[in-house]
This record gives sequence, structure tokens and C-alpha cells, in this order.
Amino acid sequence: MAEEKKKNTVEHEDNEQEEVLGKAYDARLMKRLIRYLKPYTKWVIIAIILTIGVAMLSTIRPYLTKIAIDNYIVNKDSAGLTKIILILLATLIFQGLLQYTMTYLTQWIGQKTIYDLRMELFEHIQKLSMSFFDKNPVGRLVTRLTNDIEVLNEMFSSGIVMVFADVFIIGGILFFMFSLSWQLTLIALSVVFPLIYATVIFRRKVRTAFRDVRFYLAKMNSFLQEHISGILVVKIFSKEKRTLEDFKKINYDHTKANKKSVFYYSIFFPVVELIGAVSGALIIWYGGGEAIKGALTIGILISFIQYSEMFFRPIRDLSEKYNIMQTAMASSERIFKLLDRQAVIKDSEKPIPLNNCKGNIEFKNVSFAYIKQDYVLKDISFNIKQGEKVAFVGATGAGKSSIMNLLCRFYDAQAGEITVDGINIKDIKQSELRKNIGLVVQDIFLFSDSISNNISLNNNSIPESRIKEAALVIGIDHFISKLPLGYGQNVKERGVTLSQGERQLITFARALAYDPKILILDEATSSVDTHSEILIQNAIDKLMDGRTSIIIAHRLSTIQKCDKIIVMHKGEIRETGTHQQLLELGGIYSRLYQLQYKDSFV
Amino acid sequence: MIYLRRLLPYLKRYRKMLIIGFVVITLSAVFTNLIPFVISKAIDRIKDHTEGTSLLNYALLTVGFAIISGVFLYLTRQMIIVVSREIENDLRNDFFAHILQQDQQYFHFHPTGDIMALATNDISAVRNFLGPGIMYTAETFINFSMAISLMFSFNAELTLIAIVPIPLISYVVYRIGKSINYKFEKVQEQFSDLTTKVQENLSGIKVVKAYVRESSETDGFKKMSAEYMKKNLELAKVQSFSYPIMFLLTGFSIIVVLYAGGNKIIDGELTIGELTAFIIYLGLLTWPIISLGWIINLTQRAEASMKRLCEVFDSKPGIESPLEAGENTNGKPGELRKIKGEIEFRNVNFRYHHNFPYVLKNVNVKIKAGETIGIIGHTGSGKTTFANLISRLFDIEDGELLIDGRNVKSYGLNELRTSIGAVPQETFLFSDTIENNIAYAENIFDKEKIISAAKISQIYKDVDNFPKRFDTMLGERGINLSGGQKQRTSIARAITADPEILILDDAFSAVDTYTEEEILKGLKDVMRGRTTILISHRISTLKNADRIIVLKEGTVAEEGTHEELVQKEGIYADIYLKQLLEDELKELE
Repeated sequence: MAEEKKKNTVEHEDNEQEEVLGKAYDARLMKRLIRYLKPYTKWVIIAIILTIGVAMLSTIRPYLTKIAIDNYIVNKDSAGLTKIILILLATLIFQGLLQYTMTYLTQWIGQKTIYDLRMELFEHIQKLSMSFFDKNPVGRLVTRLTNDIEVLNEMFSSGIVMVFADVFIIGGILFFMFSLSWQLTLIALSVVFPLIYATVIFRRKVRTAFRDVRFYLAKMNSFLQEHISGILVVKIFSKEKRTLEDFKKINYDHTKANKKSVFYYSIFFPVVELIGAVSGALIIWYGGGEAIKGALTIGILISFIQYSEMFFRPIRDLSEKYNIMQTAMASSERIFKLLDRQAVIKDSEKPIPLNNCKGNIEFKNVSFAYIKQDYVLKDISFNIKQGEKVAFVGATGAGKSSIMNLLCRFYDAQAGEITVDGINIKDIKQSELRKNIGLVVQDIFLFSDSISNNISLNNNSIPESRIKEAALVIGIDHFISKLPLGYGQNVKERGVTLSQGERQLITFARALAYDPKILILDEATSSVDTHSEILIQNAIDKLMDGRTSIIIAHRLSTIQKCDKIIVMHKGEIRETGTHQQLLELGGIYSRLYQLQYKDSFV
Repeated sequence: MIYLRRLLPYLKRYRKMLIIGFVVITLSAVFTNLIPFVISKAIDRIKDHTEGTSLLNYALLTVGFAIISGVFLYLTRQMIIVVSREIENDLRNDFFAHILQQDQQYFHFHPTGDIMALATNDISAVRNFLGPGIMYTAETFINFSMAISLMFSFNAELTLIAIVPIPLISYVVYRIGKSINYKFEKVQEQFSDLTTKVQENLSGIKVVKAYVRESSETDGFKKMSAEYMKKNLELAKVQSFSYPIMFLLTGFSIIVVLYAGGNKIIDGELTIGELTAFIIYLGLLTWPIISLGWIINLTQRAEASMKRLCEVFDSKPGIESPLEAGENTNGKPGELRKIKGEIEFRNVNFRYHHNFPYVLKNVNVKIKAGETIGIIGHTGSGKTTFANLISRLFDIEDGELLIDGRNVKSYGLNELRTSIGAVPQETFLFSDTIENNIAYAENIFDKEKIISAAKISQIYKDVDNFPKRFDTMLGERGINLSGGQKQRTSIARAITADPEILILDDAFSAVDTYTEEEILKGLKDVMRGRTTILISHRISTLKNADRIIVLKEGTVAEEGTHEELVQKEGIYADIYLKQLLEDELKELE
């Protein structure tokens, strides 16, 4: 029975994980890719000229060898031999130079193109709306920007150019061979058809073999990944032995798949060598006969042996290039798909400028759902006047954060209207709206950068003095100055561990440095030490000072400083008033107060 | 090569195949090298205008030799490369076996990604050395001696002239390879920085958008991208150099041979056929010469990887079964003694690392066999640690933990852990069928037991509604189930383990109170006569326990039954009141 149970698992192979590889050439994608080469047209042309040069120089050498043998060695002309050797040397060195320039140039073009594409994609992603980021895991987007782009790099710098180079070299070889003896050329190259046939068969076989290898590798990796992250379960149920047995099976499946591809290679390489040998034999047999008759020279025979060797190499590499192109097409498809993604939230065609924002906010019958029909805000209306401080309270899931998200226009509401200074926020440019809002989110987010950059967020219009001033007002200047590198200290460097309170204060300083007209503060719930708590309470005072403030409050001290409290419950506004009024009401707020705020004095 | 030497036992295991491999690779090289010899003879015949029929013989001989050489070449790959794949397989099995033996502490300091990199990249690097590395070394060596001795038989002086550049070429390849490796590492470093930057930007996208920092973020990314491009171009500079320079050196050696050989022909010391053979031999030697430098790099990389792997092979797990328990850590069952389920913490102090503060402080708790105990406390009060110590996921340095009156360290790990059925705080299910997940702890498959466990844990109805019922495949970590379904599956898994001690660590956090009550009702029957530990921050879970322990900052703060504790008006009573309020709020419409 136990055996059967395992079998069950193996049968369920989900093919979704398998990498789907399509065509190696897709005209539509290729056309779009080629467009990225446009700024470098001049260099691309030079690279092509260089490629032709390299092809010519490398194919002329066996021809010169032929002259050396027929004209000088056979005729015992030592001086002539020296002369031709010098020419040979010159072509060799010249080819080396050209080849170096060409290789570097193509790499350079590839890198530039890739850089442009990567930047375009990054800039594009920055513009997409929050709902996009909810749906697309960070890991997937990172892969687009890194691995997928990297695959294209390979195509640009080796794939395409090498195919060109190969074509020119084959052309050069054919030119010289035909001009020396077309009959011998046809005979020597007759083996090209079996070679191409063998390559095609090999490519097909190896492709399925590789697909199996990739499939089992992915399976093995996910098994490892899963059992290492779930090691606790393995251990508490004492299942190490069985886990190892399961792994051994998957591991051997992977090995078997690899062995299969080894088998195809073991056949392919000898076959290629054999075909080469047949070509040599044909040259000796037919060419030799002709030479004896005096129709051909010894030099021609020797140069043909060299040419046929040169001819086969590019054809052998064909399958590798095919793979490069294939993965490149798949990657570019994914990249372009992302580039074609439009931001859901767009700026109005004719935006109304928000000059000298005062900070009057109004929600008129706003309803909102992240997912269709699942409303988190139901017909919400409220009004906040310039400079007013309003606390939003409610249990988790009451809809407080959604209000904040809508006001920043991270999402658009399904119904109703939100205005700032009487202007519908949909008519204000997003950047202008947000410039007037200082948002402090609950999940403290610091970049792995210096403290001063974490406060200014690399905004050059915020001078050092303002950063320091903000830190001073918030009350962390003293702490920062004590750090080894002061404001230049990287917050994520080893050895420097900032406490939760300190991290929070840095985000406060950030909001203060931007000096917004409207402050939105989602208080962090995590408990901090007494010293930080006092600093935080003072800092909140300073932050709210003179600003329209919306606070999602978790501290009683914060609530008490507000002019008005709005109590949210299940997506609706249930109570509004001051702390005292609401307590007397004896409704939701009075319960929440006992539950959350009563003990929050430190 | 200190670390690569540790591969010897693996190589010995495939001794026969390797020996055959070396024999066939030699034979293959012999026949390959005979081909130019035949061609040289043929060309001399042509030059002397001998009869055409013998030419056909030469041609047939060439093809014959190529066929023989090809067969041996096929066998070589089937031996040496296949062995390298087999060893890769063995090495990976041994690696994973070692990983499985490590204790929790190890996984705390070694992220999954690092272990994955070892299992894939590093083992691949070693494989590359074992397969292509060994094969090409052998091939190079044999080709060299064959070709050079044949060349000597034609003309000693010319041979010397021809092989002079060879050490130089190998050296250049080695140096370029080294420089490429170095620059490549720099590129990789920058690549990982770039990845981190993207990762960070996307994780913090809300801050970026809120402060309208898209443009400065783009600028920052632009800088890193440009740096990455620069590093890549530095690499390209060396890489672009490698092909032409090797080409130049080998081409140079052919031209020198042509010049010296040509003059020798003019002087009558050499035939044209022999010169042709020289040129072909040099062509044959080009690849082995180039591969020599490449192999050195391959070996260095493998050595570095092997060093990292040896760190795993050499790291001893901190927690092992005692020798007298007669089982190894892979769980070979020794003589199983029946554990009754009495647990005693005696003056237990515990911290995860000597740099960290104590999580449990002077804990003294005695749990009778068959008792149901509830443990409650705020986040970070030490509840989960308490449970983890019973399963001996960590060892206590100060104090004693006794199971049935015997120190927990005296039990075999398998013996101890098979007696415990735990529902860990963080639900973890495997991407397998629901059935296999529930039966995870079982060695013998018993469908009825699975169904009954599923019924008790209230997952049965859910499963019954799935189209494939118990055969439903779960995604990674069980993503196609809801949080509550996952927890209930995890509870069923613990029940199926048929344990003497059942530990439910926050096992109902995603389950609604009604279902929770149903599960607890069902569990009552199952747990009769077995020890149960219910950890929760929810009163409803543990109010019916025989005894409740309240933990506060690692110490036992209160102890008693639900009624006793409510009357005490301490921490427990406070939590109780708040939860009543919370329930009240939830009821509000």
C-alpha cells in the first residue's frame, strides 16, 4: 500500500512548470528588437563591414597556402616562399586585429542596446499602478528586469552577429573553392547534406532530452526548496529517511535524463568527425586522381583539406545558436508583454493645476473594492478642512487603509468623488497630488542607503540643511550624529542595527523634510521602548503641526490630539465626534477604546 | 586539490568504467592520429604520379580509421561522461542526507537560497571537472604524445619548431581564463547588486510613488545599470581578446611550419605529404592546446566549489541521537520504547544563541501523562519555544527537560519525535495530494485512519467537495487551500501520527470559533489518555484545558484552570475581557 501511495504522487506531474519554448524566429518580435539597434546603426554597419573583412581574411589563407606550395615550394623558389609567408603573416595579424575590434564592437552594441531596453522597462514599471503590483509578485518582475534581459544580451552579442559571421565565412570558402575547382568542390561538399541531416536530427533529439533535463531539474530544485523550507515538518515527524529516499528517486530521474542527452552527444560527435573524414577521403580519391592526371595541383588538394575542415565548423554550431535564438524569442515576448501593459490610473488629458494647495479634503459617496463586488468602502462621505486633524479608528479590515490609498490615488474608487481643495483628484496630475501629501505607512520601509538619502529619498531639491533640520525636529539628530558615519551611515549595513522606533522616526523625518500640506500617517502597531515612545509622540505633534492630517491611530495620545475622530466599521462610517463625545455615546468607539487604547499609555 | 581529493572514494566506485574509458580514449586517439599519416602517404603518392587504384585504398583506409575512432569516441563519452553524471548523483544524495541531519540552528544561519546554490551550482562545477575536465585532460595528453611522436618520425627539427609556441598558447589561455573569471565575478557581483536594487525598488514601490520618487529611482537604477554595462564591457575586452589571440598563435605556428617545412622540401629533406600531415596535426592539436588552459580554470572553480561542499560534509549536527539509542539520525528505528507522555521542565533557561537574550527563564512545569494543558501569552512570551524544546528541535544548556522521568537527550530522535504529533505555528504543507499530506507521518497507509482524522479536524467536508477529493494536488505550500483549510489539514496530519503527545501551536488562528469548537470536541475522544498541549493566544482554544499556564516574557506568570485564572484578575483575566469585547465588536452590524 505504501508503494502505491508514492506512485500516486509521481503521476501528478504538472506541466505548467515546464519552460515552453516556441519558434527560434518570430518576425514580429524580431522587428521590434531590431528597432533597439537603430541608435547604433552606424556601429552596426561598421561591425558588418568588419565581419566581412574577417571572413575574407580567414578564407584567403588556405588559398595563399596553395600558392606557396604550387608556385614556390614545388618550384623550389625559396625567395618567393619567404614573400608569400610574409603575406600570410600579414593577413593573420590583420585578421586578429579586425576580429578583436569586431568582437568588442558587437559586445558593445549588445550592451548598449540591452542597457536601453532595461532602462525602458524599469521606467515603464515605475509608471504602472498599485493594482498591478498587487497582482504581480516582486520576484516575477525582478526576473523580467534581470534574467530575461540577460538572455537578450546573449542574443545581441553572440547570436545574431555570429550567424552573420558564419554566413560570410561560408560564402568566402565557397568562393575560393569554386574558383579553384568546381568539380572537386561539389564532391568534397557532397557530405554537407548528411551533415545537415545529422545536425537536424541531433538538434531535435537533444532538444527533447534537454527539456526532460530541465523538467527534472526544476522538479528536483522545487523538491529541495520545499523540503529545506519545510525542514521543521520533516523533523518533527521524523521523516528524514523517507525524504531522502524520495529525493534519491527524483535525483536519479534527473541523472537519467542527463545520461540520455550524453548519449546523443556521444553519437553526434563521432558522426561529425566521420563525415569530415569522408570528405577528406573524397578529396584524396577524386582530387588525387585528377592531380595525377595533371588537372589539379597538390596545393589545391591541401587547401581543399583545410577548406572542408573550416566549412563544417559553423554548421556544427548551428544547433547551439538555434537554442540561443529560441530562448531569446521567449524572453523578448515576455518583456514586450510587460512593456505593452498600460497603467490603469492615468493622468487627466487636461490636468487642473493644484496651486498653493491648502489641504481641504472631501469624500463624496465613495465606494471602493479591490476585487470586483467585494466592497471594502461603502458610500463613504466626510469632509476635512484645511489644517484639521482627523483620526480614523476601527478594527482591522474596517477600511481605514483604503481611505489612505484612495486619497493618494493609488487606486480609483468605483463610485463617488474625492476632492482636494474642491478639485476632483482625477483631474490633478498624480505627481502634483502626491507632492502635497506626506505619507507614512505602517510597514516601515527603508532603502539600503544612507540615512540622509533615506530622509531625502535622493531628492536634490532637499538640501543637507533641511535633512538635518527635519531630523532635529523629529528628535533623532542626536542619535544619528553618534553613528560612525553619521548621516552617511547605510541603514542596512552589518553592525548597525536600528531599532524599530529609530526606523520609524527616520520615516517621520522623511515626511517632514518634504513639508507636505496633507499628512497621512498610518501608525505602526509594533511596541517600542519607552524612550522611543516619547520621541514618537513628540514627533507626531511636530508632523501634524499646521497640516491637514489624517491619522490611522493606534495610540490614545495621538487620538486625543485630533480635532475629530471617525470610527469605521466594516467599510462604513459609524460614529464621528471627539474622544469625549464618543466615549459618552457608548458605541463602537467606547469598546475599541477599552480594547486597544486604554493601556497604550507607557 | 586538497578538497577535490575527497572525490576519490566516488571515483573508486566506478573504477571499472573509468579504466575502460581510459583504454577506449587512447584507442580513439591512436586512430584519429593515424588519419593524417595516411593522408600524407597518399599525397606523396599523388605527387609521384602513382596509380589511381591505390588512392582508393588510402581513401577507404581514412574512412575505416575514422569509423573505428568514432566507435571508441562514442564509448569514451558513454564511460567517462556517464560516470561524472553518476558521481554527481551520488554527491547530491550525500549532500542532501547531510543537510537533513543538520539541526534547526543550522537552517537559521543558512538561508534556503544558499543551500540551493550549493546543491545546484557547486555540484555542477564539480561535475564539470569530473566529466569534461577528466575526459579532455586524458584526450589532450594522449593526442599530444601521439601527434608529436608521429611528427618526430617525419622530421625532428620541424617538430621542435612546431611545438615551441604550444606552452605559450596554453599559458596565454590560462592567463586569459583567469582574468575572465575575475572579471566575470565582478560582473556577477554587480548583477546581484542590480537585482537587489530592483527587488528593493519594487518592494518599496508604495513609498516611491507616494513621494513621487520615480525619477530619482530611475536615475539610481540608471547608474547601477551603467556600472553593470561598464563591468560587462571590461569583461568583453578580455573575452574579445581570447579568440583572436589563440587564433593568432595557432595560425602563427602553422605559418612557421609552412615556411620551415617549405624550405626543407626545397632542400629535399621533407616531402609535401609530410608537410601536409604537419599542418593537419597542428590543426588537430589546436583544440587540446586551448582546452588545457580551460581545464586549469575548470579545476580551480571545482576546487573552490568542493571546498564549500566540504564545509557541509564536515559540519556535525548539534542535535543527534545518543549512541545507546541505537538509531542514526536518519531515523533507523531502534528498539522503540513506549513513551507515556509525562513532561517535566526543571529550571529551564533557554536562549537561541549566546548573543541573544533568554527566551525562557527558570521555567518549572510538570505535565502529567494524559493531561491537557493550555499555554497562553503575548507574542514573544516563549510559547513556541516551549513546544520546540519538547520535540528537541533545540537543546537546553541550562536546566533539564524530562520525558517520562528520563532526560529528553537520552531518547533516540526518531523514538522521541514519532511519539509527538505537532501542529506547528506556521502551517507547512507539501505540494502533494491532500491524502499524502494527511498521511505524512504514517509509514503504513490506512485510508480509514485518514478519513477519520479528516473528519475530526473538520476538513473532510471541504475535501469531499473538491472534484478530486483526497487526490487533490496542493500547490507549493498548499497555496490552493485557504488558511483555515491548511490549518485543518495540518491538524489531521498530527492526528494521523497517532502520537502520545499532541502539540497544537496556535493551530486555530485561521479557523473560526465554531469550527474550532467542533474540532476540540472531536479531539477529546482521540486524546483520551494522551498528553495534549494547546498553545494559543485565544481563550476559546484552551478554556476547557485541565490546566492553563500563562507565560510572560519567558517566565510562568500564572497557572490554574480557566475559572481560577479569571478570578485572579491578572494577565489571563485581562486577555479574557478583551476577547469578549472583540467578539462583541464582530457581532455588531
